[in-house]
Amino acid sequence: MSEIQFEIDGQQVTATDGMTLLDAAQAEGIYIPTLCHHEKLEPFGACRICIVEVEDRGWTKLVVSCVYPVQNGIIVRTRSEKVDRIRKTIIELLMAHAPDAPQLLEMAKEYGAVPDRYEKDPSFCIHCGLCVRYCAEVTQKHALGFVDRGINKEISFVPEVAAKECPDCKECFPLCPTSYLQAAYVYAQSLSFPTA
Amino acid sequence: MEMDKVDQIIEKYNGEASNLLQIMLDIQSENNWLPKEALARVSEKLSVPLTRIQHIATFYKAFSLVPKGRHKVHICVGTACHVRGATRILDTVEDSTGIKPGETDLDLKFSVETVNCLGCCALGPVMEVDGKIHGKMSPNKTTQALETYE
Repeated sequence: MSEIQFEIDGQQVTATDGMTLLDAAQAEGIYIPTLCHHEKLEPFGACRICIVEVEDRGWTKLVVSCVYPVQNGIIVRTRSEKVDRIRKTIIELLMAHAPDAPQLLEMAKEYGAVPDRYEKDPSFCIHCGLCVRYCAEVTQKHALGFVDRGINKEISFVPEVAAKECPDCKECFPLCPTSYLQAAYVYAQSLSFPTA
Repeated sequence: MEMDKVDQIIEKYNGEASNLLQIMLDIQSENNWLPKEALARVSEKLSVPLTRIQHIATFYKAFSLVPKGRHKVHICVGTACHVRGATRILDTVEDSTGIKPGETDLDLKFSVETVNCLGCCALGPVMEVDGKIHGKMSPNKTTQALETYE
């Protein structure tokens, strides 16, 4: 593993090859906001909140830090006018789905996002995939997964597995940024495995 | 669907998880839809979680998780067919089969879908049944054409 040197917000940072920008920043104590990131899970890159500006040989580009591998000599800016503007819009779009999520409300304050800028479409799930990935990668029970695609994508429990595994586990519950998971669980339980 | 048939299909692909999509397609074309028991069997044999199979089965439009009719009726509602009266054809089909687009009748005879273009706009309005194109349809011709299917 070779060492990689670059700069984040004017600070010299050393990281090992294969790390992501977000890992490197967190190791240095530099804060980058995240929603779909979890230390025990593989990078997913769903929420795009951790977007940062990367300057590489004079060219700047916007990358999602949780899935961008570190590179020698790049200059990373975690806050810039452009990054802040994009984060603000992402928060506003997510808030159309989950207007009362505590994490989103906090970020909205920080970035000056207008909660009702976009028409409300309260699906409550922001597709961060934390519950689905936690169930698959950490507990390896595969009790719930995504179904459908695009605007119809949603989480769905497999009744047979969920009835057996979920009542004693529920480890994914605190991960959900919007509490939609808990609601979906109660709903699925009452419909398809009303035993517990 | 018999489990033997599912097992045969899985066997044909050596039970490799990388062939999951092909196995699902084969079950779909064999049976016209994907019964839950068949998917559970595939999940067990390939050691692929049911959540993954469920995700794939709902992602692609080629798969159906509900029974489909013996005859697939596609009504073109693309621009050319629309201006030539596809709505009237669709109404006729709905009346004579008793089902709406996306549905299947109780005797599993017909499944009706709307499609956006079948590529033969000069024949509009077009109805396709089991891959056979019926062109320049009128409500009368539509009813007659549907009556020929058993």
